[in-house]
Amino acid sequence: MFRYIVRRLLQMVLTFFGATFLLFALVFANQKDPIQALVGERPVTESQRTFLTERYHLDDGFFTQYWYYLKGVLTGDFGTSLTGRKIVDMMSDAWPVTLRLALIAIVIAATFSVSAGVYSAIKRGGIFDNVSLLLTLVLLAMPIVVIAPLFQLIFGIQLGWFPPTATRDATFWQLLLPAIVLACIVIAPEMRVTRTAVAENLRADYVRTARAKGLTRMRVIWVHVLRNSLIPVVTLIGVDLGGLMAGAIVTEHVFNIPGVGFNLARAIRTEDGPLVVGFVSILVILFLFINLLVDLMYAALDPRIRYE
Amino acid sequence: MDVLPGVDPRAPLLEVSDLHVEFRTGYGVAKAVNGANFWLSPGETLAILGESGCGKSVTAQAIMGILDTPPGYVTQGQIKYRGVDLLKMSENDRRKVRANRIAMIFQDALSALNPVYTVGFQLGELFRKHRGMSRGDAKKRAIDLLDQVKIPAAKARIDDYPHQFSGGMRQRVMIAMALALDPEVLIADEPTTALDVTVQAQIMGLLADLQRQRNMGLILITHDMGVVADVADRISVMYAGKVVEEAPVYDIYARPAHPYTRALLESIPRLDMKGQQLSVIRGLPPALTDVPKGCAFNPRCAYARDACRQDPAPPAYQVSHQPHRTARCHFFREVIGE
Repeated sequence: MFRYIVRRLLQMVLTFFGATFLLFALVFANQKDPIQALVGERPVTESQRTFLTERYHLDDGFFTQYWYYLKGVLTGDFGTSLTGRKIVDMMSDAWPVTLRLALIAIVIAATFSVSAGVYSAIKRGGIFDNVSLLLTLVLLAMPIVVIAPLFQLIFGIQLGWFPPTATRDATFWQLLLPAIVLACIVIAPEMRVTRTAVAENLRADYVRTARAKGLTRMRVIWVHVLRNSLIPVVTLIGVDLGGLMAGAIVTEHVFNIPGVGFNLARAIRTEDGPLVVGFVSILVILFLFINLLVDLMYAALDPRIRYE
Repeated sequence: MDVLPGVDPRAPLLEVSDLHVEFRTGYGVAKAVNGANFWLSPGETLAILGESGCGKSVTAQAIMGILDTPPGYVTQGQIKYRGVDLLKMSENDRRKVRANRIAMIFQDALSALNPVYTVGFQLGELFRKHRGMSRGDAKKRAIDLLDQVKIPAAKARIDDYPHQFSGGMRQRVMIAMALALDPEVLIADEPTTALDVTVQAQIMGLLADLQRQRNMGLILITHDMGVVADVADRISVMYAGKVVEEAPVYDIYARPAHPYTRALLESIPRLDMKGQQLSVIRGLPPALTDVPKGCAFNPRCAYARDACRQDPAPPAYQVSHQPHRTARCHFFREVIGE
């Protein structure tokens, strides 16, 4: 097990370098005149240009610049945004909000999709199964750019059940509707995968044994079947976190939540290169860690993986 | 466990009469069991013999009450345990009969054990859920059980997972699980089919020992005539969902009364037949959605006449009273007399 974790950590290091290298190369290739972009519409004097070139190492080659960037990332120095604020400060404001939002969304999505998935697997072909199939197909067909404003309009404004936008220090209550919107994009696949996995495991021989042991139906399903069925679901939840982050860009923008997605959306619109690179780098690291966590979860769920 | 209402300790241990099970599928109704009859006494071994698909496993599942419903339904008949009809019990009472009174061993222990829980957990679960024991006590009992089924170093292996055991050891775990709550009836559904021959003999030996110690009734479901000859007291031969012949093991091997039994015995390879062609039963068992009229065996039978091809199907004729033998063949005298 220990060797497995070490091996996975080494893989993560490689992936980290690969991903940040690509990210940096893309931003680098996209630059026409970074100094002009930095100061905006105003004219730039020759001395300012020399100073800024010096400061941002713009005369150095691509690899040297990448090296400076890496050094920054590893020492926690992400530089300054075009707005003049330290990127580290912006992150420490934005990340807690987004993490909370994502966590609420994951909990909603996982709870709902696992329980609904198990129920429709038990009652295969029943009303619940068919209705939920239809609903999940509808959800699946709607992109988040449609769901987010739609939910805001219906539940936030017309029905007034939830606050339609969030304030600076977003409360749980304010985050609930956006979290539901975020959950919507992952509920459909998670529920379908749970349903399939449970339906498949219900036919397994060990279920027959568990019933022959005189266990209650509840115990057979929630103890014996569920743990075997969770492996594909956990994988999916891990992968979905990436989707949630992407979805957060739209959702936070729509609901005016000052999180990572909100900042990223603005940074992309204003071509704020350092800000984009900074936030995405952290996203990459986060994504890598979540995937490591997912792999460790496998091992916890399935002993056959643990002992390989 | 709680005392079951109506259980009479003097009544026969297990009596199955006129059991019908059908599977309602999209392709039609498959009649898997069409009136199975047999009984079992304490300490006795009854072998249920038959080809794949003859309804022997379904019969076992119906007795245990673990048929997959839908598509499987018991449509008729009685399964009496000590005088109480299990089919008329509430699901909750029925559940308490399982493992406590009637337990079952399955064919392939690797797939029949849950891969993600330790052997100790799966054994201990029985004591915790049926006897209300603590985890610690349940674990001690589980270790005892592994000792009883002669798994070496039981204490060290209790926290292992099924895939870490060899095939024979896994089947021993399965046996331990079935015997945990001291059932009076044990149903073993092809317990040795997935094992190699030397291990088969060990497992059958272990089963026989444990049965003797506990005076348990054993129903051994198999298609292996060799296994049957060694351990069974009586045999019920099943074909297309019916018990076509029932007799003590010696009588059936010496003088079969049903053409199907006879054909089965003739298709066992013997050493003294070296160089000769092995006789086989031509054709296939009938599809259960479309069982032939009259005697279900008639299309494959060497003795078949017109009477065999017409309904009603042959009843269970009494072949002899002492010992008790029955056969569902109009011409059993002819078959037995040759």
